[in-house]
Amino acid sequence: MATAAAHAGHDAHDDHKPSFFARWFLSTNHKDIGTLYLLFAFFAGCVGAFLSFGIRMEMEEPGLQYFTNPQTYNVFVTGHGLIMVFFMVMPALIGGFGNWFVPLMIGAPDMAFPRMNNISFWLTVAGFCSLVCSLFVEGAPGAAGAGTGWTVYPPLSSSGHPGPAVDFAIFSLHLAGAGSILGAINFITTILNMRAPGMTLHKMPLFAWAELVTAFLLLLSLPVLAGAITMLLTDRNFGTTFFAPEGGGDPVLYQHLFWFFGHPEVYVMILPAFGIVSHIIATFSKKPVFGYLAMAYAMVAIGVVGFVVWAHHMYTVGLSLQTQSYFVFATMVIAVPTGVKIFSWIATMWGGSIRFTAAMHWAVGFIFLFTVGGVTGVVLANSAVDKYLHDTYYVVAHFHYVLSLGAVFIIFAGVYYWFPKMTGHIIPEWAGKLHFWLAFIGANILFFPMHFLGLAGMPRRYADYPEAFAPWHKVATWGGHIFALGMVVFFIGVILAFRSSKRAAANPWGEGATTLEWTLSSPPPFHQYETLPRIVDEPAH
Amino acid sequence: MSDKATRNARTVRWTAIACAGVVVGMTGLAFASVPLYDLFCKATGYDGTPRKGLALTASGDTSATKPVTVRFDTNVAPNLSWRFQPETPSVEAVPGETKTVFFKVKNVGPKPATGIATFNVQPGLMGSYFVKIQCFCFDEHTLQPGETMDFPLVFYVDPKLRQDADIADLGEMTLSYTYFVSRNGSPQAAISTPASGKPDGG
Repeated sequence: MATAAAHAGHDAHDDHKPSFFARWFLSTNHKDIGTLYLLFAFFAGCVGAFLSFGIRMEMEEPGLQYFTNPQTYNVFVTGHGLIMVFFMVMPALIGGFGNWFVPLMIGAPDMAFPRMNNISFWLTVAGFCSLVCSLFVEGAPGAAGAGTGWTVYPPLSSSGHPGPAVDFAIFSLHLAGAGSILGAINFITTILNMRAPGMTLHKMPLFAWAELVTAFLLLLSLPVLAGAITMLLTDRNFGTTFFAPEGGGDPVLYQHLFWFFGHPEVYVMILPAFGIVSHIIATFSKKPVFGYLAMAYAMVAIGVVGFVVWAHHMYTVGLSLQTQSYFVFATMVIAVPTGVKIFSWIATMWGGSIRFTAAMHWAVGFIFLFTVGGVTGVVLANSAVDKYLHDTYYVVAHFHYVLSLGAVFIIFAGVYYWFPKMTGHIIPEWAGKLHFWLAFIGANILFFPMHFLGLAGMPRRYADYPEAFAPWHKVATWGGHIFALGMVVFFIGVILAFRSSKRAAANPWGEGATTLEWTLSSPPPFHQYETLPRIVDEPAH
Repeated sequence: MSDKATRNARTVRWTAIACAGVVVGMTGLAFASVPLYDLFCKATGYDGTPRKGLALTASGDTSATKPVTVRFDTNVAPNLSWRFQPETPSVEAVPGETKTVFFKVKNVGPKPATGIATFNVQPGLMGSYFVKIQCFCFDEHTLQPGETMDFPLVFYVDPKLRQDADIADLGEMTLSYTYFVSRNGSPQAAISTPASGKPDGG
């Protein structure tokens, strides 16, 4: 258990906040930037959800109902994917919770480079604007927007989209990528150099570990994406032929570069969630997390192995059998550290004094659903199976189980867990639980039938389909409506929290919540840890 | 205290510089991957890149091996008014045996044009066993309006093909050529941008 000694009395006198504009537009305070990131992620998430509703409404029945041009449908799919990955999950889990809680948990007064932190945020916003612009300019001949899928493979993204939409999308990824790289440098520097006295790396909370590993993944993978899309940009505009076979290039090279980024990227989205789950499970089981060191190094292992498995996204490009065998094996290896984490969470709950709060509902729901998504991932790791399932709804089901039901569930878990800490207000527990059950049931009805559709041969990124697929598509759309209803409950919960006069205590969760953020008031003072906390005793979870 | 603060500031700075170095290094690697990948494909025949080579020296007994049907596929980029055909749609090549095939190219456009052909073998795994000794595709050629040329291709299929467990049983491969407008010996695509889309020959 970590204990903070002498700071309680010092909070008041350094709590003068800047004016509204300076505070929110020129912010250098890690908590304000975290709040901005969360609000931005929430807004972008609404845009992404709107696009996904376009997709789901169209897919409810065979034939074209809402879209006159299937290309526009693909633009919706692309926009949904890019927004959810780069402007919802990443800003929420890394920029939002990371900025808010990494300094608090490691006992640092702020991030190492507060101004760079601000630049990271506004670069992300600028990237989002560029992506929104791309939706409204010509992409493929006669249609607005980039309908390339989030992978932006050439030649569809080069000769297939002569209009400027893809250029806007590429620029958007450049900006978001630059923002994330700067953020990653900030996190690494903060975590390596600014931990409170006595907080060794092996006593550091798992969420901080998760953000550290994530930051390293971003640092190593995003420049490769930046390189790949820069080559794509010059192929499109300046006559280079990096990916054009007529000039000696190879479109498959783009896929290698993209997935060298893209596979670590999926761990970038899930590792911070792993960190948050560990805290919630430990808090509400009133036990330190089981196997702390194994948990930390499992994340490191996932990060390392995540860099050598990229071609399992490309089994259909004509890799030799030996190459495929290697990538199958390496991919399967990732199940081992992931299993360590799943079983350690279960072992943490085992024999614990469990309280089923709203946050705990989401965390336990996450463990179950992430495991389902992980299992279908192991299925897809087999190259022989993948050739049948490649680019079908089975893949769509798989990555929505690990992202929409994994990362997104933990974003909500984090909101319910830390909302009292961040705002001082309390979302009613019933709202959180009702939201959870609607989301849990809705998302399963939404995504589970996609396994069946995929196994039956329904391909991704098509606006129309044969009559045979209609029943499960209809069911999936109902699930989407239920999930959306859950979002309404969430809104109501947040509104009720701010209207209620009830205020959160410094530690609303009691003795299970042992990390340093709970030693501060709720919400924390504008500047915290004027006297650094001194860590004694056994490791924190 | 201030001594400690400066020491801390220094480690913070060095961490940030090291991180920036990693970013620069990875960006460099992304670009370095282009020539490396090219080299890798040429060296290994990866992804259907045929090998360039000299005539097979020790041909040994070729009688025992089953012949491979090599089919020819010819294409011309839209901005080049050439007609391009093989003299025969396919040949039977016993692995180890040197074969010569002629391709007929005619400029049917009103202007002289310079073209160069790109090439690829399918299935991709067979690329490394298809060895070209002489090929018109190594150089660019200029044809006057109405001019016809017969271009030779001299190749052999490497007998080691039969020892590769992945493709030992395959009996067919396709060699595909596409003629593009050539500028300084490199093909120019008729792609998206208006600037490069203008055909500058033919």
